[in-house]
Amino acid sequence: MKRIRWTGWLTGGALVCFVGVGAFLGIAHRSSLPAITPPKAADFPAEMLSRGAALAAIGDCIVCHTADGGVAYAGGRALATPFGTLYSTNITPDPETGIGNWSKEAFKRAMRDGVSRDGRHLYPALPYDHYRQVHDGDLDAIYAFLMTRPAASAPAKANELIFPLGFRPLLAGWKLLFLHQEEFTPRPDRDAEWNRGAYLAEGLGHCSGCHSPRNIAGAEKTGSDAYSGGVAEGWVAPALNGSGPAAVPWTSDSLFTYLRTGVDGRHGAAAGPMGPVVHGLSRAPEADVHAIATYIASLSADRVPKAPGAADRVAEAARTNPAGASLFAGACAGCHEGGAPMMTQGRPGLSTVTALQLDRPDNAIRAILQGIHAPTGPAGPAMPPFAASLTDAQVADLAAYLRSRFSERPAWTALETAAATVRKEESQP
Amino acid sequence: MTVTITVNGADHALDVDPATPLLYVLRDDLELNGAKYGCGLGQCGACTVHIDGKPAFSCLTPVGAVAGRRIRTVEGLGSTQAPGLLQQAFETEQAAQCGYCIAGMLMRAQALLDRNPDPDEAQIRAHMQTNLCRCGTHMRILRAIRRAVAMHKGIQAAQEVRP
Ligand code: FES
Ligand code: FES
Repeated sequence: MKRIRWTGWLTGGALVCFVGVGAFLGIAHRSSLPAITPPKAADFPAEMLSRGAALAAIGDCIVCHTADGGVAYAGGRALATPFGTLYSTNITPDPETGIGNWSKEAFKRAMRDGVSRDGRHLYPALPYDHYRQVHDGDLDAIYAFLMTRPAASAPAKANELIFPLGFRPLLAGWKLLFLHQEEFTPRPDRDAEWNRGAYLAEGLGHCSGCHSPRNIAGAEKTGSDAYSGGVAEGWVAPALNGSGPAAVPWTSDSLFTYLRTGVDGRHGAAAGPMGPVVHGLSRAPEADVHAIATYIASLSADRVPKAPGAADRVAEAARTNPAGASLFAGACAGCHEGGAPMMTQGRPGLSTVTALQLDRPDNAIRAILQGIHAPTGPAGPAMPPFAASLTDAQVADLAAYLRSRFSERPAWTALETAAATVRKEESQP
Repeated sequence: MTVTITVNGADHALDVDPATPLLYVLRDDLELNGAKYGCGLGQCGACTVHIDGKPAFSCLTPVGAVAGRRIRTVEGLGSTQAPGLLQQAFETEQAAQCGYCIAGMLMRAQALLDRNPDPDEAQIRAHMQTNLCRCGTHMRILRAIRRAVAMHKGIQAAQEVRP
């Protein structure tokens, strides 16, 4: 009797599990959409193509979808995530390896629901949580733009994810929890420029993808955590809601200059993953960049600026950190000390550079080791890398000196370890 | 203050301010005039030397930072009488106009060849990107590097056929 009860329970339990899994797979299943013959450039009006180009620049599609030194939009770039390495895919109109046989509907489903034409779930490294806020007509324009790029044959590389994330139906669960964004609706209490900026920044620009923290499942935190700062490829993406430690508050004018040229005289130069963002925005319509700057500036408008102002405690820093002072004099002063040629060109002085005010030293250390690549071409801000000339201990001395000289905030710790970590990453292919 | 540095295998004890750029020490104290002062800002590469085998701008390297580390300059690649392989390739291709950038170009290229004796064109171009030539000799410089790669392969092949 007892035994039968047991079996009954077991069967019942198994049945529940089975139904559960079945129901889940039912939700997880997405159908494949029919393949089409690739459209021709003549199928799209010229206006649509140029609008698509501008929107794709703001969305920065090219950055993730191009490998270093690879064909534009042909994918293959490694994207390091806390869950393993993903490789971006080919979004040129090649029918076999790209999106050549994707219909407009298939493209828009991918952008909104994160589902490939063949029905597979796509990883949210493609920020469809943002793209689903984009208007239909704009997605059409981006589709037109992508379908008229030169086709390149480039098969997808296999992702290297931790178990069990290679099993894509699991993504349906993620979407159930985190994919609720609606198409953007303008706020009537704000003007047209603000609304345009909000639309671009929240949708295609996906600014909060880096500038908001993420939860354990890799989804962006929202509410009061939105824009409170995040991490991108090892760089700190500073807070945009005014909670960050910038020495001088941002204004919409300084944001515009920064986004358009890659450098602002009172905050610093765009480095790391922000470089390609600026590269895109330097080519986008100027009015759109103004709109984005207006919107981003409004995120911190309610905060009383707690900016401490510029510090330069040269004597004290040299006393507490003589080794760092000597390295600074030999390696940095030629550009960064008052009166240096670079300083007379309106480049930011180190006492207002945000990287030296952040809680974490990562951005400063990365800039020292890797340098800064001019994001807008040869005239843009650039800094040579010091990885070959300075050891980890020297980078640590230098960073400690910079912090104590140019910031009132607490000293950084574990600098040598931080330098070693960045260097190790660098030496990996 | 005394700083001891090792250049092309020889130790030198110098009485200098450790903040002095390595480039000044090489040229003024050690009379190794190969490395040149172009910009002093890490933007041109004329001052390139190797530090522990890696190419670095000596104009932005405080000498105190390289105490005890291995420094190699263009003088370490060969001499007028016995030029090194890369130097021979530059000579054969006449890869110089005024010559000001060439010591830096040689050191930058040598660092690549030391790491990868058979680089492809894209790797050569990407690697050489940091070094500028105001005379516009870049095409000949690239040709010289390709020639050095071929010469190296030729020597290896010759060594293999020998019994
Ligand atoms: S002189 Fe050193 S890089 Fe120009
Ligand atoms: S040969 Fe004149 S600078 Fe290169």
